[in-house]
Amino acid sequence: MLCEECRQNEATIHIIKQSDGKQAELNLCEQCARKKEELEVSFEPQFSLHKLFASMLNQSIRDSRRAQQAVDTQCPSCGLTFSQFSQIGRLGCSDCFKAFEEQLKPLLRRIHAGCTHPGKVPQKIRGRVKAVREIDQLKEDLKVKISNEEFEEAVVLRDRIKALEEDIRLVQTDGGEKN
Amino acid sequence: MKQVQFSMSRWMQGSGPDSEIAISSRVRLARNIRGYTFPCLAADSETEAVKNKISSIVAGIDDFSDFNYWSMDTLTELEKRALVEKHLVSPFLAAESKHGSLLLRNDEAVSIMANEEDHLRIQAILPGLQLEEAWREASRYDDLLENKLEFAFDDHYGYLTACPTNIGTGLRASVMLHLPALVFTRQINRLPGALSQVGLAVRGLYGEGTEIIGNLVQVSNQVTLGQSEEEIISNLFSIIRQVIEQEQGARQMLLDKQRAKLADKAWRAFGLLKYAQLISSQEAIQLLSDLRMGYDLGLIKGVSRQLLNELLVLIRPACLQLLAGRELNESERDIERPLQIKKALERRHNQESAGKI
Repeated sequence: MLCEECRQNEATIHIIKQSDGKQAELNLCEQCARKKEELEVSFEPQFSLHKLFASMLNQSIRDSRRAQQAVDTQCPSCGLTFSQFSQIGRLGCSDCFKAFEEQLKPLLRRIHAGCTHPGKVPQKIRGRVKAVREIDQLKEDLKVKISNEEFEEAVVLRDRIKALEEDIRLVQTDGGEKN
Repeated sequence: MKQVQFSMSRWMQGSGPDSEIAISSRVRLARNIRGYTFPCLAADSETEAVKNKISSIVAGIDDFSDFNYWSMDTLTELEKRALVEKHLVSPFLAAESKHGSLLLRNDEAVSIMANEEDHLRIQAILPGLQLEEAWREASRYDDLLENKLEFAFDDHYGYLTACPTNIGTGLRASVMLHLPALVFTRQINRLPGALSQVGLAVRGLYGEGTEIIGNLVQVSNQVTLGQSEEEIISNLFSIIRQVIEQEQGARQMLLDKQRAKLADKAWRAFGLLKYAQLISSQEAIQLLSDLRMGYDLGLIKGVSRQLLNELLVLIRPACLQLLAGRELNESERDIERPLQIKKALERRHNQESAGKI
């Protein structure tokens, strides 16, 4: 989440203000929070996390050279367009990620510690995801081997990747594991 | 159907590691069901279908026999807000959800919310610093539900959520800390900056000025993607441990230098809580903090950590009205508040005389 004041830095200070039994939230970076403190400005109520997130996204769309293309993308499953998403800050269904992947990736890189999930996987698909993760790792290794011109090792890695990809394909066509 | 009452939640017990500083530890997991539109965009019929699906699945699993189930639309506004004040449901579920429902374990340590921002929110909240235990609890119910449901999961991105800030693990872990000595010595001002460097967020309860009310601060993870659940939990844990050590150091320093002042502050707070006739919620939170610090430092007796936690919740507007058994406006609440505080203190006193504690 970006700072609501400067819209430059990550908001790390979340101020919950209580008055007359109502609560309002303000999200600021450290510098802006300090400024607020000095000025003792009274905070406006009604902050919405999603509007904030949406405005941050709008900023990154404006910055993007692919702005036009980004606005036009639509999720084939739920019909949400990317411009609608940037208004509400929330995705409509599990297929939105694939539909908006190009636009979401830079954003995810900014707010998270990476773009791949190394953690828990549902039991039913653990086998497949393990293979997918192994393939990703092998592909990275393969790049290194090729750039170091270690072609014999590269061939071994390539064959291992092929075998794993074949395993995944077989599992999927067998219907043993469903996505 | 069981009524929502002001009962003791497990997190209020005041037990658990580092409970003199860490009041509670919470972990929540966001999950969605594949094939259903996420709640914010879903048609009414679809959110209703999700709610019914979850309640029927849960009815068939023995592990859920110690849970109570409520459809949110059957609860009064007061009951919903009281659940929020007890940290058992999110403000969103209470105020905005369509076809929302709640499954609450009897000890109130586990809540499962349907049709929140995501189809499912699984929360575990425990007393003291017990992040790993809270994660294991939440994960256990995640496993049980996952057996019967197909969760939206991407091979690379992990669990898919309505808001991209939750994608990956879908995990938000937080600890509620009572840091009076760091506030008093102004060291607290450095905390947000230092914690943001390591990807953590700080939330405080602020009043009219910029002072933190009740010296209560919540620290949580920001990152949900790119780290495993265990990494997120252990990072947060080790940082919290450092904050706790700093608070302990500052408390010891204050105790050495200003013992009489601290004792006076605690006893004054005790006196006001016992005898004042009008108490606002903000004043009550501050007084409870002073009293808690005095208790933690061994300067005052006659209370317990459990009682302090109970008081911290019962002084909140909705819980107060539930206890009073009627709706109250703000000025009526300020009259009712000291009455309920006195009752709670007397209960404790009676239990003590009866030798129960």
